[in-house]
Amino acid sequence: MQYSNTQATTYNDTVVRQFSIMAVVWGVVGMLVGVIIAAQLVWPELNFGLPWTSFGRLRPLHTNAVIFAFGGCTLFATSYYVVQRTCHVSLFYSKLASFTFWGWQAVIVAAAISLPLGYTTGKEYAELEWPIDILIALVWISYAIVFFGTIGTRKVKHIYVANWFFGAFILAVALLHIVNSAEMPVGFMKSYSAYAGVQDAMVQWWYGHNAVGFFLTAGFLGIMYYFVPKQAERPVYSYSLSIVHFWALIFTYMWAGPHHLHYTALPDWTQSLGMVFSLILLAPSWGGMINGMMTMSGAWHKLRTDPILRFLIVSLSFYGMSTFEGPMMAIKTVNSLSHYTDWTVGHVHSGALGWVGLVSMGALYYLVPRLFGKKQMHSMQAIELHFWLATVGIVLYIAALWIAGVMEGLMWRAINADGTLAYTFVESVKAKQPYYMIRLLGGVLYLSGMVIMLWNVLKTATNCKPALASIPPVAAHT
Amino acid sequence: MDVNLLRVLVTTVSFILFVGIVVWAWRKRNTTEFKEAANLPFNED
Repeated sequence: MQYSNTQATTYNDTVVRQFSIMAVVWGVVGMLVGVIIAAQLVWPELNFGLPWTSFGRLRPLHTNAVIFAFGGCTLFATSYYVVQRTCHVSLFYSKLASFTFWGWQAVIVAAAISLPLGYTTGKEYAELEWPIDILIALVWISYAIVFFGTIGTRKVKHIYVANWFFGAFILAVALLHIVNSAEMPVGFMKSYSAYAGVQDAMVQWWYGHNAVGFFLTAGFLGIMYYFVPKQAERPVYSYSLSIVHFWALIFTYMWAGPHHLHYTALPDWTQSLGMVFSLILLAPSWGGMINGMMTMSGAWHKLRTDPILRFLIVSLSFYGMSTFEGPMMAIKTVNSLSHYTDWTVGHVHSGALGWVGLVSMGALYYLVPRLFGKKQMHSMQAIELHFWLATVGIVLYIAALWIAGVMEGLMWRAINADGTLAYTFVESVKAKQPYYMIRLLGGVLYLSGMVIMLWNVLKTATNCKPALASIPPVAAHT
Repeated sequence: MDVNLLRVLVTTVSFILFVGIVVWAWRKRNTTEFKEAANLPFNED
């Protein structure tokens, strides 16, 4: 059978361009909301006494915007770009690819309206109500058809490792979203979960942890496996290692979710199982980090002159750091100190700002000039400045929350000789205020880097003649 | 059939499968093919 995409002589970069621009725009929006709620934690009056701007409503807006709008658009853009380049064929079903763009933007806008209005399922990272859930499922299934259709019509024998990671991310997120969003609608924008009690909690954190594992890890490892070799101009360090750590991730990630429910009503054996699988996860995570890092061997000097490569490589060091910290925090005795404290928030941000954020920015800086027919970004100095603002911002952010979190955990567990609590809850809140200020400063630095990126991207994208990138003829790569 | 038997089987088969993947990935015979595969991103222009 002949598919029209196999006849095309140029790649479909229109949808890649759309997603790339929107990734940067939503990045600024999502991080701005993050800075606002960080400021609210220091000065609670900043909620202006209005329900729509209260912390409880803006916090899910922040997480949804940075994960699904910024991260999601980055993943759509990079996966569509990479799958075409490594399969030597244009996107399968262009119109459906275009639907994924407009559909995904509609999901984001619906989230931005419904969350401040207070519509929520109350499930972390799955707050959106059922009509939006259905739209997400439709977009995601279309995404899977476009991606796997492109793979299925490829003109290269081998499926490159980046596509394995993107494919796992797309399949797993479809599974997670559909299972965790099983709910009974009781009206427009109101539903109840299909699960009850501790089962509901377990399904939620099976979803929640694998959203980290497949959305924020597998997808971005796909980015790493294409953009690090391309920017370093050398093939990945060990292809064998990439295969083994891919399957190790697949076999272990699904079982690590219970560590979010230590010391709850979840059966004890389930908690211990989650802890053990979380500890095992260190190996495949570091497999990926080492593979990316070692790709640089013999080319380390490039880091001195190439700020884009620096984004990519420093992201890997944050990945290594947070995937070491994560398993440690999953140990029950450590978790008894860290859970519910700001240490967790710091840990998430070392992964989100350090790994996901920096690797996305590096990939987008690689993509944008190529997509808009330019040799390089409008300003390389601005990339350099962005890199340092982001890095200093992350370090301030996570160091402040480590201190705040450990201090808070220690204050909560401190008891007097007669067994009464040594501190009231509000005393621990008060003690955290200076660290909340440092965290806010870190967030402001990170956001300002992103604003510079937006300016740089818009400058690069305007007054351009995007050339149609042609697909190499079949004979060239047999 | 006892559901626990099924659970044990799935775990064991998964583990054996994974060990198989590890052995396969590092077999000498496959290394030239992997070298070509690793260069895939550079064959586009």
